[in-house]
Amino acid sequence: MTVGHVITLAGVLFTIGMLGVLSRRNILIVLLSVELMLNAAALAFVGFSNLHGNLDGQVMVFFAITVAAAEVAVGLAVVIALFRLRVTVDADRVDTLKG
Amino acid sequence: MFWVFAALVAGSALLAITRRNGVSAALWAAVAFLGIAGAFVLMQAYFLAVVEVLVYAGAIMVLFLFVIMLLNLTEEEMAKLTEGPRLHLAGVLFGAAFLGGLVWVCRKAELFDKPLQPAAAGETSQVAVPLFQHYVLPFEIASFLLLAAIVGAVLITKRRLT
Repeated sequence: MTVGHVITLAGVLFTIGMLGVLSRRNILIVLLSVELMLNAAALAFVGFSNLHGNLDGQVMVFFAITVAAAEVAVGLAVVIALFRLRVTVDADRVDTLKG
Repeated sequence: MFWVFAALVAGSALLAITRRNGVSAALWAAVAFLGIAGAFVLMQAYFLAVVEVLVYAGAIMVLFLFVIMLLNLTEEEMAKLTEGPRLHLAGVLFGAAFLGGLVWVCRKAELFDKPLQPAAAGETSQVAVPLFQHYVLPFEIASFLLLAAIVGAVLITKRRLT
């Protein structure tokens, strides 16, 4: 088990999250996939933190988790507001801003 | 041990984005987060492993489950895919290219020859030192961000929409 394996695992997780964002129309699942991608970044940060024997990467992940929690709270609030207004969570049907 | 967690993370993440049922998708994502916490433990990031379990597998996934159950969507509504195979094909191609490039770069940087350090720092007392010395201002800003997110979330959901 090396740092390269950890980075590869992070890449696999990021790719899976990206596929979720691209292939699903449900906003909830898209948000969930974004969380997976954020976690892939966290995994890479901790891997490099271990490589350099430096804790700055872990502090960065701590802040990233804080921001992710805030992002999920606001994001889900927006989804609920959208559902109350339009009775849909289909990303392709929310196109009011489309020119 | 790393391979167990790697298989757990990749497998449950794949299941999370492919399940038709929203609740099982969220639960599989929670399993993926637990696997990531296990990988953190292997890298001696004990504090982050606990935070991952508490915040991600605990708080964030519970919030997701609440919203999924609150909206109570039908399975067809939940399982809709983007139209046409074009976007899916683009995703798979880009994903494969990205992964190939990543492995190539890792090889080039000789990251596969660098085993994880067995005694790296990562305990709570050690993480607290940079967090409260060098990064104390971002730490305080993060608390304001959380406050703003709480107020914003309540405001967005409570306001009368027209």
